[in-house]
Amino acid sequence: MVESFFEKTCGTFCITMNIKAFWRDIRFLQILAQVTFILALALTALYLYSNVTANLAKQGLTVGYGFMKNPASFDISESYIPYTAADSYQRALLVGLINTLVVSVMGIVLATIVGIFAGVARLSSNWLLKQFAAAYVGVIRNTPLIIQLMFWYFAVILQLPAVREAVELPGPSYLTKRGIYLPWGEATATYDSWRVFIIVGIISIFIIWFILQYTQKRASVPLSPWWNVLYLIVPVLIIYIGAMIQPEPPLRKIIPELAGLNFKGGYRLTPEFAALLFGLVLYTGAFIAEVVRAGIQAVAKGQVEAARSLGLSTSQTLRLIVFPQALRIMIPPVTSQYLNLAKNSSLAIAIGFPDLFSIAGTIFNQTGAAIEIIVIMMLSYLSISLFTSLVMNIYNRRIQLVER
Amino acid sequence: MATMEMKPPIATVGPLAWLRKNLFSTWYNALLTVFGVWLLYAILVPAITWSRTEAQWGAIEANLTLFMVGQYPREELWRVWLTIHLLAVLIGFSWGVWKNAARGFAFIALGAGAAFTLISLYFQWDIWSQWLIADLILLTFYLIGTRVPRGASFAAVGWLAYFPIVFLLVAGSSRIEALPPVPTSAWGGLLLTLLLTVVGNIGSLPLGILLALGRRSKLPLIKYFCVGYIELIRGVPLVTILYMADILLPLFLSVDVRPDRVLRAMVGFILFEAAYQAENVRGGLQSIDRGQYEASSALGLSGALTTALIILPQALRAVIPALFNSFISLFKDTSLVAIIGLFEILRVARTILAQSEWLGTHREVFLFAFFIYWGFNLAFTYGSRRIEDALGVGKR
Repeated sequence: MVESFFEKTCGTFCITMNIKAFWRDIRFLQILAQVTFILALALTALYLYSNVTANLAKQGLTVGYGFMKNPASFDISESYIPYTAADSYQRALLVGLINTLVVSVMGIVLATIVGIFAGVARLSSNWLLKQFAAAYVGVIRNTPLIIQLMFWYFAVILQLPAVREAVELPGPSYLTKRGIYLPWGEATATYDSWRVFIIVGIISIFIIWFILQYTQKRASVPLSPWWNVLYLIVPVLIIYIGAMIQPEPPLRKIIPELAGLNFKGGYRLTPEFAALLFGLVLYTGAFIAEVVRAGIQAVAKGQVEAARSLGLSTSQTLRLIVFPQALRIMIPPVTSQYLNLAKNSSLAIAIGFPDLFSIAGTIFNQTGAAIEIIVIMMLSYLSISLFTSLVMNIYNRRIQLVER
Repeated sequence: MATMEMKPPIATVGPLAWLRKNLFSTWYNALLTVFGVWLLYAILVPAITWSRTEAQWGAIEANLTLFMVGQYPREELWRVWLTIHLLAVLIGFSWGVWKNAARGFAFIALGAGAAFTLISLYFQWDIWSQWLIADLILLTFYLIGTRVPRGASFAAVGWLAYFPIVFLLVAGSSRIEALPPVPTSAWGGLLLTLLLTVVGNIGSLPLGILLALGRRSKLPLIKYFCVGYIELIRGVPLVTILYMADILLPLFLSVDVRPDRVLRAMVGFILFEAAYQAENVRGGLQSIDRGQYEASSALGLSGALTTALIILPQALRAVIPALFNSFISLFKDTSLVAIIGLFEILRVARTILAQSEWLGTHREVFLFAFFIYWGFNLAFTYGSRRIEDALGVGKR
């Protein structure tokens, strides 16, 4: 009935133009919803924009990145690139970014090691070790990182003995409240020619990768995992031989020595850097430990039983059966822990380490350029996060199970 | 056949067997055990000696109120006690009504009340009676809860009303004479921490649900907006978001609106947490079987109704453990507002360290701050696990 009524009133026109009851057409509704959404978004943005301009006009501020070239005129306590107070804000931000990157990369490497050890310890057959690991994970995960950082900085590192009564550790390294002094290598005349060997050593890793890929493609059975040792041995050998054939050793060991009121020579970890790194590593290590434990426990029990019934030893079972499968489960959560570590390094401001966030904060205090600084900060952290997840996703894809 | 002398079998039960199995099963385990015992000795003995001789726990005792409520006017503290007693009412009543599910939190509340009563009596603080009253209220309302018909709806209404009431009590109002307004600058300590945590979590949930639904939407513009928001927020540290809320929010609002600092921090937490809640909820949405959608559209429910009545209830139920986890992590994260100058636990700790008589008591003060967070999180984890068990989350 309805159909014929429709035919009569509207006729072939409606059918050919496809406008029959368009307000009930799902495609129309979808477009309408999106247009409404965009309109609402644009109106909100417009409202916010007008507020911002009104507020800025009231405060007599303008938006723009012109100030970035002005001299920063504040000192930064540690920097991996040359920096003085006469340098520009731009340069100061770069110093902060590099500090953030250094502490993040070192933190990620160390936290992975701590996390794997603690995670395996939680599954140990040794009761005492298990309790130690559980206590570590339980306490660290349930308290805020920022208070941990302040505890390590104010209550541990700054309470270390003064320089004259330094605690001596093997190395010799010295723990003092002014920082941690480590032995370090100093470049000699032959250092430059030795550098060539270091570069060759690094390139050799890629060459080995290509060779192993190529052989694997032609081989009918999977290559023994022992070939992976080549990645370590070949570059180390190249660099070592490179050092041996020089007329004099390219690096001379420098031992920190007490000279007057301070140590001279060697490498100094500042109290701030040491506290930040230590705190971040312990904190993230506890989270990675849980990921590792969950990953190992998630490998089906039948896998272990099957391996044992095939006659594999305990260590073979762990190495060849459990870990490769656990790794697949662990990579995504470990990635997010890495991202957390990089983001958490912004808490450095609580203990006065000049990372990106704290330098950006100083610049904001000096210039009042709120919007510009926050945009820079967010973009920098976002790029670090995106880059880390990109790398980890590529790795993840490589180790995922290939199903036929 | 010669009679064979058989050795008695090695004991498999008893303390010696336990030691052999768990501590000395292999030579390296034995070594580890010896090392562990030494380590324990090397840590515990100096730590105990320190805490009994050198440590100045007076720094904590003298500033306990500061730790709990910050600068909240001392003559208005009865309001805070009232919120605690109201909580005792609700927990006791819920325990009586829901039995198993609420038992974990009820035990914790009872235990905490009893412990605080004893501690206060031991140190001769006069607040012991308040804790005792709280425990008695809890038990009374447990008995009432077991007897009231249709108690569940009362309890639900009570919980819904509780948070606005707490807010009214703590903030006060210029219209009510008995409750003079307390400016947010006077809020502090654990009170502020808990308020930020609760507001951040509850406030972010609706936004998180919308973002999660948007992310799974078929409409590209809405989907990419939600993806962009979630990934942007998750890619930057919380401090930058708080910083942004603190500095930029006044710029974004109209010229004559000046939200106060606590409110700005709350907005920051809600914006931040929403992205994480969205990912939690998305996990729940993904766990819903396609048959649920098909069945509900076969019953003639529209898309919106399907989502509201069929999908969301199941999805939210599936992610209860994740929601509890984000509660705990937000509780820890509230300590970051110290950076933007709010007077929460960490800031209290720093204030105490600046008092001339307690200079250099870093260890005592920070350890106490750790203890607050750790104890609270432990209790919360226990209570929430009981709820999960009782609801059978993840078991079906």
